[in-house]
Amino acid sequence: MKTIAQTIGKTIALAFVIGAAAFGAASAQEIKVGLAAEPYPPFASPDANGKWVGWEVDFMEAVCAEAKLKCVITPVAWDGIIPALTTKKIDAIIASMSITEERMKTIDFSDKYYNTPTGVIGPKSEKFTATPEGLKGKVIGVQVSTVHQEYVTKYFAPVASEVKEYQTQDEANQDLAAGRLDAVQADSIALDAFLTSDAGKCCDLKGYVKDDVAILGPGVGVGLRKDETELKTKINAAIKAIRANGTYDKFSKKYFAFDIYGG
Amino acid sequence: MTGGGVDLKPAQADAEGGSLILGDEALILPAYVPPKARSLLEPHRLFLMAVFALLVFCAIWFMRWDWLPKYALRLVAGIWQTLLMLFSTAIVGFLFAVPIGLVQVTGPRLLAWPAKIFCTVIRGTPLLLQLWLLYYGLGSIFAQYPEIRSSFLWPYLRQAWPYGFAALTISFAAYEAEVMRGAFAGVPRGELEAARAFGMGRFTMFRRIWLPRAIHRALPTLNGETVLQLKSTPLVATITVIDVYAVVSRIRQDTYLTYEPLLLLALIYICLTGGLVAAFRFFERRIPTRRA
Amino acid sequence: MDGLFPTLQLLSLTPPGWGGALIAGLVASLELAVGGYVLGLVIGIAAAFGKLYGGPILRDLMEIYTTLVRAVPELVLILLLYYAGTDAVNQLLALLSMPAVDISGLAAGIFVIGVVQGAYSTEVLRGAILAVSPGQIEAARAYGMSPFQVMRRVTLPAMLPHALPGLANLWMIATKDTALLAVVGFSELTLTTRQAAGTTKAYMTFYLAAGVLYLAVTLVSNLVIAVIERRAKRGTPPLGATS
Repeated sequence: MKTIAQTIGKTIALAFVIGAAAFGAASAQEIKVGLAAEPYPPFASPDANGKWVGWEVDFMEAVCAEAKLKCVITPVAWDGIIPALTTKKIDAIIASMSITEERMKTIDFSDKYYNTPTGVIGPKSEKFTATPEGLKGKVIGVQVSTVHQEYVTKYFAPVASEVKEYQTQDEANQDLAAGRLDAVQADSIALDAFLTSDAGKCCDLKGYVKDDVAILGPGVGVGLRKDETELKTKINAAIKAIRANGTYDKFSKKYFAFDIYGG
Repeated sequence: MTGGGVDLKPAQADAEGGSLILGDEALILPAYVPPKARSLLEPHRLFLMAVFALLVFCAIWFMRWDWLPKYALRLVAGIWQTLLMLFSTAIVGFLFAVPIGLVQVTGPRLLAWPAKIFCTVIRGTPLLLQLWLLYYGLGSIFAQYPEIRSSFLWPYLRQAWPYGFAALTISFAAYEAEVMRGAFAGVPRGELEAARAFGMGRFTMFRRIWLPRAIHRALPTLNGETVLQLKSTPLVATITVIDVYAVVSRIRQDTYLTYEPLLLLALIYICLTGGLVAAFRFFERRIPTRRA
Repeated sequence: MDGLFPTLQLLSLTPPGWGGALIAGLVASLELAVGGYVLGLVIGIAAAFGKLYGGPILRDLMEIYTTLVRAVPELVLILLLYYAGTDAVNQLLALLSMPAVDISGLAAGIFVIGVVQGAYSTEVLRGAILAVSPGQIEAARAYGMSPFQVMRRVTLPAMLPHALPGLANLWMIATKDTALLAVVGFSELTLTTRQAAGTTKAYMTFYLAAGVLYLAVTLVSNLVIAVIERRAKRGTPPLGATS
């Protein structure tokens, strides 16, 4: 009986040590860059080693090297990524987040670092267009808390039979392939990565949606807390620099045949 | 004081490493005699209530609640969906639990083993994983067969709620079957022998004595199990079912507020749990089930 | 995807197989479960003694804690505590004009699981402490032991056989509750599985594989618990008629 009590005592002591270690280990000065903990090819997805790879990871490394920041990738659930930033779980968001007026009320953004059109995909067997008329009576899937969700809610929800919201883009794509959705709206590059994959054989691009800058925003930027002007200046300068010295084009060529920075 | 009665599941586990028995906590632990019920108006309680009122006031005053009217209707619809999920899965799950529990006590090995394995597997893996396995795993397999896609079931299989319903029902059935197993095994031998002495057939004896007595014994645990089931329902929001949790997630994303919607959600669940516990208390007083 | 066979190689332990990543996720899950469980025990012991021997205000506060935590779904608590926990620590430090600390995801996860587990273990331990016959505690006091000595030498060891079944059940709940941290993006087994399944589109394979891993944890735990219980019950008279 005594041994059990001793074991408990030791375990409690151990718990405190572990707790202290967990606190102590992370206290060095670093920038924690949050990205969405989900596969979002070709921008960021985990490989079988658990390492994150993709265009946006290369972009992050280039910016951090240029700005001489020590960046640590911190995966966060997409639908909690803004709270994670405001409660200081992370210090910057590099997760294909579009710059919008709505988000600007809560957080700040760097200058844009890419901008691509928004597309709608659907099964090959059905013919329709990416307009309210074309999507009438359809079940549309979007990822939650994205500009696409807002766009679909405004333009397509009144005519669609249902709008389904997914925590990750990849699950919306999966449900389209599984026949549970008639259409998915998302960033055209992310959709393209799906369409060229095995699972995407079912579907094709139905077209690009009419732009609405108020909702879709002028492009994708690095999300930052509002009071961090110093970090913002550093990152903006770094984005300019890698655009000017060719680094940006160099790693972009690995992924895309065209310039994704946009006009 | 609802504290002791909200959910005693962990305290009721028996020696077999986690499985439940019922009504027997008095055999393991001498019954806890609560101190004499104290009045709500003792000085320290008044003080605590004042602190609590101050906290509530601060929460209302300093936090943002202007979004509430806009979402009120959707919240009510979400609560309805949650309750629908809760009661439908609990009732259907219980109907499955009775035979699964019974065959483990008396059935032939051919039935007892699968039932035992079913309970172990379901109780040994997280519900979230089971849910995603059903929805994304099984769902994507269904989609590969044109026969299924053209069948009359497809309009249902396309939706999310059947998968949520299935996962929650299976989970409830597995946990409650464990309770029913104990309940069937716990009916005193003498009563069954008496029934046999009266010349009852096996089936009559089961219908008239064994089943009613077992359900009678299992009823007190239904309270805790149902509260646990209520606390499992928000998981279905991760597969696009719009319950109250999903509505609140939506509010969080629309308003970019971190705490207010979650606090409201916690409050809603506290009220639902409180309501459930009160309802069960009411029924328990009408059916004397406490001691079998 | 054509059946299960071609996708099985995705589970191999070395890349391009995801087996290694799944094992890493399992280790993270177990770290969370052990850390959260132990923290829950510490909270539980403190709260159980507070509930039994504390003053009226402490008792009521403990009652509120256990009631609230057990009435709100774990998923909601995890969301609240995951953000609020870090925030609160940092605001407290800011009040004391100290620099903000980085709280790792693991520490935050352990904290969340611990707070939830604490409420349940409070109830288990309180029941077990009440089952210790008062005479033993009075005898210890008569020997002149301090309250802390009484707790360490008499109450805790004597209540263990009563608490073990409940504590064993709590450990099972802890291992399964870690899966909920997938929803806040903590890379434990369930989230790793979700990522692997999403990347490879082999949903069935990966979810089944993760299920097998969780089940293995449960079965191994059951064996260990059975051994511990047999040890703890040595020399104690059979408790009641059933056991």
